[in-house]
Amino acid sequence: MSGDHGTHNPEPEPYPALRAKALESLLVEKGLIDSGAIDEIVRTYEQDIGPLNGAKVVARAWSDPDYKRRLLANGTDAIAEMGFQGAQGAEIVVLENTPQLHNMVVCTLCSCYPWPILGLPPTWYKSAPYRSRAVIEPRAVLEEFGLELDDSVEVRVWDSTAEVRYMVLPERPQGTDALSEAELVNLVTRDSMIGVAIAKSPAEVA
Amino acid sequence: MNGIHDMGGMHGFGPVEREENEPVFHEKWEGRVYAMNRQLRQFLVTDAGGFRYAIERIPPATYLASSYYEKWLLAVERLLMENGVITAEELDSRTAFYEENPQAEVPRSVDPQRTAEVMRRILTRAPLHKEIGVKPRFNVGDAVRARSFNPIGHTRLPRYIRGKTGEIALYHGVHDFEDTVAAGTEAKPQPVYAVSFDAAEVWGDSAEANQRIYIDMWESYLEPVKEGT
Repeated sequence: MSGDHGTHNPEPEPYPALRAKALESLLVEKGLIDSGAIDEIVRTYEQDIGPLNGAKVVARAWSDPDYKRRLLANGTDAIAEMGFQGAQGAEIVVLENTPQLHNMVVCTLCSCYPWPILGLPPTWYKSAPYRSRAVIEPRAVLEEFGLELDDSVEVRVWDSTAEVRYMVLPERPQGTDALSEAELVNLVTRDSMIGVAIAKSPAEVA
Repeated sequence: MNGIHDMGGMHGFGPVEREENEPVFHEKWEGRVYAMNRQLRQFLVTDAGGFRYAIERIPPATYLASSYYEKWLLAVERLLMENGVITAEELDSRTAFYEENPQAEVPRSVDPQRTAEVMRRILTRAPLHKEIGVKPRFNVGDAVRARSFNPIGHTRLPRYIRGKTGEIALYHGVHDFEDTVAAGTEAKPQPVYAVSFDAAEVWGDSAEANQRIYIDMWESYLEPVKEGT
């Protein structure tokens, strides 16, 4: 077994990795966790539950005025119609962006986020810079994301401090009248549903 | 508590740094910690504020120096110790074991029925509203002031909004109260509202143009503002 990478571990594992292993082994021995559920939860949030869910909701709202009405009146039910529900999505309020009004979402106290439709949040959403600045200088933050808004546009920052979760319905981009619902899905980004960006133009995804 | 977690409006953290094509979990252990947490609800959801309060009690310097899932790990460890589920000694010695035996596998226990039950719970909606006959005190449009208090326990009322005046924007229904309550007291569900504040009321001359802040608040965070006061 010469040159076998398994015989001598060259890189010791970082402390949190060892600690997590230790914790998992103790909890398995005590019968408090199911290893199959650990595997399945990781797989589900890595593969099934992510911003594509939210993109499908947005594309449907852009394509179907009745659905959009239902979505804005009762986000949770309209989102459940598409099969998306669960932890951190007990109640979801959908906020519509318009040419005069720009909504964006933050959680200043921790990192609350609508998991069933956006998946687990990106690191920047959980970071001190975003959490501290989104409420006091949202326009400056949006500029860093490449979005400059005229002062005539009202900026509404939603600090999700309780158990309600928020999702932004971005504006439908210009020049998309001929696109199908399935094609529109490609224009909807995670960031546009947090409200730190606008949806992509057809040229950007071509 | 007036902790480091309550970051709204703080200065000095620098630009928002983004990572292109970020993975859901950067390291395998992060996913394991996330998934363990999802199975330990009986220890993590408590009247004392539970998991979030455990994260808030991480010492400020450690809080800022730790990654998101490092904080989750610290908070889960702490709650399991406080609940007498594990001891610091057994966790330390098991950690040392895996350090000395890098090839050692974590033991497994799989019960398909239990796996399915956990997944069903995670993927099913559990509505927040409680039908307990509580009537909301405020109507949409009412002027309200966020109370000023500084509890040592868990609260969802951020410091930056305490004492500020706004108006009721949305009524969300009657939800469980999440703040720490005194031992032996029942945390009664309360009406929850989204309350809207003019940024100039919150930040004074430093406010950006044409901005409002919406914050979800339980009714006990709010007091009425009478006309002319």
